[in-house]
Amino acid sequence: MNERTVTASTASAPYGPLEPGLRDPVLGSQTCFRAVLDALAHPGRIVDLPQALAGSPPATLCEATASIVLTMCDIDTPLWLDPAASPAAPYFAFHCGAPLIEGPAKASFAIVSNPTALPPLQSFALGTDEYPEQSATLIIEVTDLSALHGVVLRGPGILDEARLSASGLPTRFWEERQALAELFPRGIDVLFTCGGRVAALPRSTRIG
Amino acid sequence: LIVTDAGFTRRHMSTAVDGEMVAAPTQQASHAARQHWLAILAGASAGQLETAWQGLTDKPAYRALRAPETGLIMLRGRVGGTGQPFNVGEMTMTRAAVQLLGSAGEVTHTGFGYVAGRSARRAELVALFDALLQDPARHDAITAAVVEPLAVRQQAAKARQSAKVAASKVDFFTMVRGE
Repeated sequence: MNERTVTASTASAPYGPLEPGLRDPVLGSQTCFRAVLDALAHPGRIVDLPQALAGSPPATLCEATASIVLTMCDIDTPLWLDPAASPAAPYFAFHCGAPLIEGPAKASFAIVSNPTALPPLQSFALGTDEYPEQSATLIIEVTDLSALHGVVLRGPGILDEARLSASGLPTRFWEERQALAELFPRGIDVLFTCGGRVAALPRSTRIG
Repeated sequence: LIVTDAGFTRRHMSTAVDGEMVAAPTQQASHAARQHWLAILAGASAGQLETAWQGLTDKPAYRALRAPETGLIMLRGRVGGTGQPFNVGEMTMTRAAVQLLGSAGEVTHTGFGYVAGRSARRAELVALFDALLQDPARHDAITAAVVEPLAVRQQAAKARQSAKVAASKVDFFTMVRGE
């Protein structure tokens, strides 16, 4: 029921030009889930996602973002799209039925297609000490990903140290992320996507 | 309790499809017509639909927007037709969405199919006919060749069933004591 209400509110785009979703919803989301799990288990590692989409990704978004959202989101996960990603709203409303919400504060998943206009990290759900899992997972589309240079990452899942460079991120992102570290276990998990690749920055990772 | 009527299922499904259609800028007036053909298509058997599909002279190119998938929907009923709605139970249903492709590979029409049961092909065929019926160039031909004959058969089947049920009707009288 909720799905329909939301679908109706994004009435501007007709269904005609919608792209198909996952080629094989079961196998596609399983392999994609496994890849994201790998990325989260090894912060900073750049993981290739399987090519699971049957068509092209929705306008303005990259394939990795679309596959991750189709894998992770359903009617129980409020989804927030930044203005640059909002043309994809009908696609996600149709294929995963996730409720699309107005502000970032209550989103379980947030897609940031234009990282320069990234809202302050504090404005996303950080969870509570009792329920840290009630926090947001950010999917940020960056222009390039590299594990050869960039910030130094340490923590669970990293043997010694890892490096990650995500182009297109404002420098304040790393400062705001640093400020969240002391709130652990509260915090947010971030997935950087670029083309068909993903790298993760879970809340347990320390920077520097 | 009016829930065993097959028409209940069909009405319910038409409503579900209509809910999906809200997002499409379809004219309000055509909603009733579309509900009508979807109800009839959803009530047709896989064999009837397949025969009708094979009978088409030029089959359109199409792609699956949503491959057929089987799930559950909650059926709601009302006691006596006027009482409060309540959940009767869940039923298995299959849905599909297809996009017809034009000569340049562009999407021309999108069709939806919701059918009772687990037949993927049946849902796909309903969606295909739904898409074809939205095409003004093919609407009349498909209505005459597919929808109308199915409607007539379903009407007849319903009349037969009603007659059979009516024959076994029992009226219960409460004898009022004359005081």
